Amino acid sequence: MIENLDLGMVNWARAQFALTAMYHWIFVPLTLGISWIIAFYHTIYVRTGSEEWKRLTKFWMKLFGINFAIGVATGIIMEFEFGTNWSNYSWMVGDIFGAPLAIEGIVAFFLEATFFAVMFFGWNRVSKGFHLFSTWMVAVGSNLSAVWILVANAWMQYPVGQAFNPDTARFEMQNFFEVAFSPYAVNKFTHATSSSMMLGAFFVISISSWYLLRGRHVLMAKRSIVVAASLGLIASIFTIFNGDESAYEIAQVQPMKLAAFEGLYEGQTNAGLVAFGIINRDKKVYDTQPAFTGFNIHIPGVLSLMANRSFGSFVPGMKDLVYGNAEHNILGAVQRMELGKKAVTSLDAYRQAKKAGDEAAAEVQLAAFNENKAHLGYGYLNKPEEAVPPVALSFNAFHVMIFLGTLFPLIFIGYLYFSYKRTLEQKKWLLGLGTVTYILGMIASQAGWIVAEVGRQPWSIQDLLPVTIARTNLTAGTVQTTFFMFLVLFTLLLIAEISIMVKQINIGPEEN
Amino acid sequence: MTALKTARPWIVTRIYRFYRDGFRQMTVGRTLWKIIFIKLFIMFAVLKFFFFPDFLATQFTTDAQRADYVIEQLTRSAPGYVQPVKGE
Repeated sequence: MIENLDLGMVNWARAQFALTAMYHWIFVPLTLGISWIIAFYHTIYVRTGSEEWKRLTKFWMKLFGINFAIGVATGIIMEFEFGTNWSNYSWMVGDIFGAPLAIEGIVAFFLEATFFAVMFFGWNRVSKGFHLFSTWMVAVGSNLSAVWILVANAWMQYPVGQAFNPDTARFEMQNFFEVAFSPYAVNKFTHATSSSMMLGAFFVISISSWYLLRGRHVLMAKRSIVVAASLGLIASIFTIFNGDESAYEIAQVQPMKLAAFEGLYEGQTNAGLVAFGIINRDKKVYDTQPAFTGFNIHIPGVLSLMANRSFGSFVPGMKDLVYGNAEHNILGAVQRMELGKKAVTSLDAYRQAKKAGDEAAAEVQLAAFNENKAHLGYGYLNKPEEAVPPVALSFNAFHVMIFLGTLFPLIFIGYLYFSYKRTLEQKKWLLGLGTVTYILGMIASQAGWIVAEVGRQPWSIQDLLPVTIARTNLTAGTVQTTFFMFLVLFTLLLIAEISIMVKQINIGPEEN
Repeated sequence: MTALKTARPWIVTRIYRFYRDGFRQMTVGRTLWKIIFIKLFIMFAVLKFFFFPDFLATQFTTDAQRADYVIEQLTRSAPGYVQPVKGE
């Protein structure tokens, strides 16, 4: 945790990546989510021909445009960081990610650039049908542009469909479909896009609630809310289901992450899900301190159900995964470190034999490497406890996400119910809550990424490559400089976004 | 009397006019484009050029050298690494 941070190069590079990814993710989910909602508004306008719906559509389109323009290209910085700070990693995964990401960039760019212009400039200049088609294509293109980066992220957490080539030091793609359609990737994409739609709905609700509280643009606000809350409710329920599916996948392929975000040190059958608890930040995996400080509530069996789809099943804890558990046939980091070291030694011996032209010896070493390569990453750990991610941060982020994720459908239902009853304007408490729902949605969304990325430490590629080996040999000072430069740049962009957005919200929709 | 019929402009001309008129009518868009250009300039002309060189691309000339370097990082970075004895 923060107090134990070793501010060496690796940690500065991680902090820099986290900073850029989190700033980038302020803009992205809003683009992904609100693009669908605008497409629905536009569809209603085309079907009804109502000028009020046209005004409404144009207003939300303008805010979408501001967010898109400020956020565009903020993700490119992460690609810069790969080449500079994470050069070993970048080299090793180039074969898996390079071409698909490039194709995606080109396709998404042309799709968005073409239809984006028609969406904004096309009012009364192209046919209504083509204009509407363009709006839908912007939504499709925006969401498609997220596919490969999410597949790439999923692959790092569950590296399937690849083979490591010891001659080139690269992971080579063996099966495109295994990479693109791994259950982990499918869940990641659906979870990211459905939660983004929820966030888009909250953006509309926040601004519309503010208008209602001030008695401005009342009809537009109420109409906006009904559509946004309906889509938000569907998206929030879908997000809960695919979130549960994600937890199941994590339990299968990253059991340490699951144990960390539930604060589960000792493996249990009929393991309970923490409904409330304050995690003990000082606890280490090897000591006997309690996992929680003070009062805590567990819902019996639910964690087992989430992890294995069975109430009575065994869920391994961090201790089992570090020191092993023979009874449940779990290989711990202690044992895997030995196998990992063998893999590293074989890899080195293979290279030496190849250099010496001794093909027979190279064959033997390659076979030995292949036998242990699934544990390669463990060969770089100094001690088994390094396999445990930061527990308190993972736990807190996960439970913030779960709490808010459970609350969100109720908020949407509240908005829909009072809209149906035609009493929404009188429910000041709900409108007050509504104005901050976008911030709550953003907190939940960012917390989700913290769970995904902090929870998988120390791995950049699960079990195969720890971050300490993925990095470039640079000094911490070099990374520190650019860290603060990014902090300033992104903060300025955020200030620009907020000020332009607030100005446009104050102006409100244009009169036709 | 012969009716004057205006010829429909060529598709490329129409697309050009579509974009030209769209850009001319922008209000908030002008500010946003300025932000985009400043941002891209900072990212590519300053950050990428001065602070984010591609480490392997600048340090080595061939892919074989890059592979050798990464393999060396993979094999020599393990704790307690011992150089194998020749013939072992």
